[in-house]
Amino acid sequence: MQALTIISAVNDALMTEMQNDKNIVTFGEDVGVEGGVFRATVNLQKKYGEKRCFDSPLAENAIVGTALGMAMGGLRPVVEIQFSGFVYPAFNQIITHVSRMRNRTRGALTAPMVIRMPYSGGIRALELHSESMEALFGHIPGIKVVIPSTPYDTKGLLISAIRDEDPVIFMEPKRLYRAFKQEVPEDAYTIPIGKAAIVQPGTQLTLISYGSQMKEAKEATALLQKEGISVELIDLRTIYPYDKSTILESVKKTGRLLVVHEGPRSFGVAAEIIAMVSKDAFEYLEAPPTRLTGADTIFPLPSAEHHYMIHTAHIVKRATEVIRYQP
Amino acid sequence: MFENFDPREGKRLQILNEDGQINSDLPKLPMLTNKQALHAFKIMVITREADDWAVSLNRQGRMPTYPPVKGQEANSIGSLMAVKNEDWFVQAFRELGGLLIRGVPLTQHYLYFLGNEMGSFYEPEKYHVLPISVPISSQLPHAVGLAYAEQYKGTDNITIVFNGDGGTSVGDFHESLNFAGVWNAPVIFYVQNNQYAISVPRHHQTASTTIAEKAFGYGFEGVQVDGNDVFAVYAATKLAANHARKGNGPTLIEGFTYRLGAHTTADDPTRYREDQEVADWIKKDPLIRLEKYVLNNKLITEQQIVTLKKEAKKQAHAAFEEADNFQKESLDNTFRYTFKNIPPILEEQLEQRRELEGGLK
Repeated sequence: MQALTIISAVNDALMTEMQNDKNIVTFGEDVGVEGGVFRATVNLQKKYGEKRCFDSPLAENAIVGTALGMAMGGLRPVVEIQFSGFVYPAFNQIITHVSRMRNRTRGALTAPMVIRMPYSGGIRALELHSESMEALFGHIPGIKVVIPSTPYDTKGLLISAIRDEDPVIFMEPKRLYRAFKQEVPEDAYTIPIGKAAIVQPGTQLTLISYGSQMKEAKEATALLQKEGISVELIDLRTIYPYDKSTILESVKKTGRLLVVHEGPRSFGVAAEIIAMVSKDAFEYLEAPPTRLTGADTIFPLPSAEHHYMIHTAHIVKRATEVIRYQP
Repeated sequence: MFENFDPREGKRLQILNEDGQINSDLPKLPMLTNKQALHAFKIMVITREADDWAVSLNRQGRMPTYPPVKGQEANSIGSLMAVKNEDWFVQAFRELGGLLIRGVPLTQHYLYFLGNEMGSFYEPEKYHVLPISVPISSQLPHAVGLAYAEQYKGTDNITIVFNGDGGTSVGDFHESLNFAGVWNAPVIFYVQNNQYAISVPRHHQTASTTIAEKAFGYGFEGVQVDGNDVFAVYAATKLAANHARKGNGPTLIEGFTYRLGAHTTADDPTRYREDQEVADWIKKDPLIRLEKYVLNNKLITEQQIVTLKKEAKKQAHAAFEEADNFQKESLDNTFRYTFKNIPPILEEQLEQRRELEGGLK
């Protein structure tokens, strides 16, 4: 066992899995010599050589497009988009090819590849360095979307993503990159994609969150506990395909649901979960399923960032309202 | 490799002229043998017949929108003859001749345009063909990635990828040539410059004199060939393929050609080009000049050509009927290829769809 941060767990997953599978290559902007601007790929080039870990020219669309070509050619590329805010030029490749190749060719050609990208705000960054746009990816048929929130899950989920036969968008909560350490096995292990984690079992309220927002969700859970409120905290971990059965089982037990995420509200992940719960657990609900999310605004620059972010106290406030709700 | 045909000096490689004569004052170049020339001719005949039949079927209401290949056949036929079967062939959408050279059944081409996903199912080990890519030029990065993968695996396989003159305006064209140059990838970019992107003429796509000369900005060679001359196409592609195979990186080939038909059956080219221009290009038809060549060199008789064309027509008709009677895609198949294993939330949607299609109970 080793104590790792999330960012070092990303590195460790790549280090471990590239040892196991010679077809894995990783590339992107500054990924080679520098080891990535966040150091996710540090020492990979030194260990595995320039053919397996390298810098690419600065063009996200071609990074993803060439990775797809490599995947169809038998490799398993893991590409890095430096910030999720720069992925938009690559949407053409993601939507028109990466997500569709298996279906288009009736399985003759597939896209086993991972597109990694740091996302989330709260790091006092420049414009387009803070957004949480996972819902955009969740809406594209044919790709999986994974967001870990702990070092242990990061390694296990990234290895699963690399081994997956379908394309995976792997969004990393950069606010938590170095926030804390956790014991992580040195060997390879996997955590299944599509499976949520019950971080803390509880009976009165189901609180669902994921990624960077999990920090505040955990703090809120602990505070509510002190108030005598029993919260079941679920880390969604996979945005698509999301773990419907774990969510339903929990809501049927608690009767109350609060979904919290940083991304904008309308047409977001919480909207999907709440729509599903409202239909499939309607008769169990004791309060309106509620969401606490980022607003449908442009993410503010650092001077006003705190007007966007969801703090622990905000979650406690909304959770209390859901708990106290009387029809 | 193309010192004698530098596009920046206004040079274009032509071997077989409009009269079916071989230009005699050329340096030594890879040449099609008589046997290969005859094969190219036969494939061009079936391509033309199959293409004309598709257009005619569209008018009969039996074929949805179809993009004719007529006039451009030599580009993909000559170039696909210059590479080996294991080399990746990344299509745009006007490379029917090349597909037939590769051995892909004509039925599959019809199946695609009839709107059946199985038209994009090319057994990878057998054909090494990527399916038609609808968004213009978005297939170019795939070719570079495939080339990288082959190089990485240590094979000597190369990749040839097609797009058109309009496609050179797309960012993917720049990005792909740039990546290929930096990675020294074994890839050939073949641009079929057919003079129009639907209605927009070539000079509205780029201010550069030729498309081929753009290659030099990416650190590799470009050459412009007479795209209606199957010999020139073959020679340039053969040189470029050897160059790539030896580890010397990419090449850009511009096939200077002309679309004799409409962009698609939904297009009316009389709105944007003069009859005289089309008439001038008909004289340069790749099939007419290759037919002159095979006759002049006694590779075939006139009577045999009549029979060949008749047979080709029959073959096209039979292939279309086969495609038209091909099993339609099922509800299950519209779901099952989204992922390798269908996730529970998608399985549920399939169940719901089945139930809906079952009607009210």
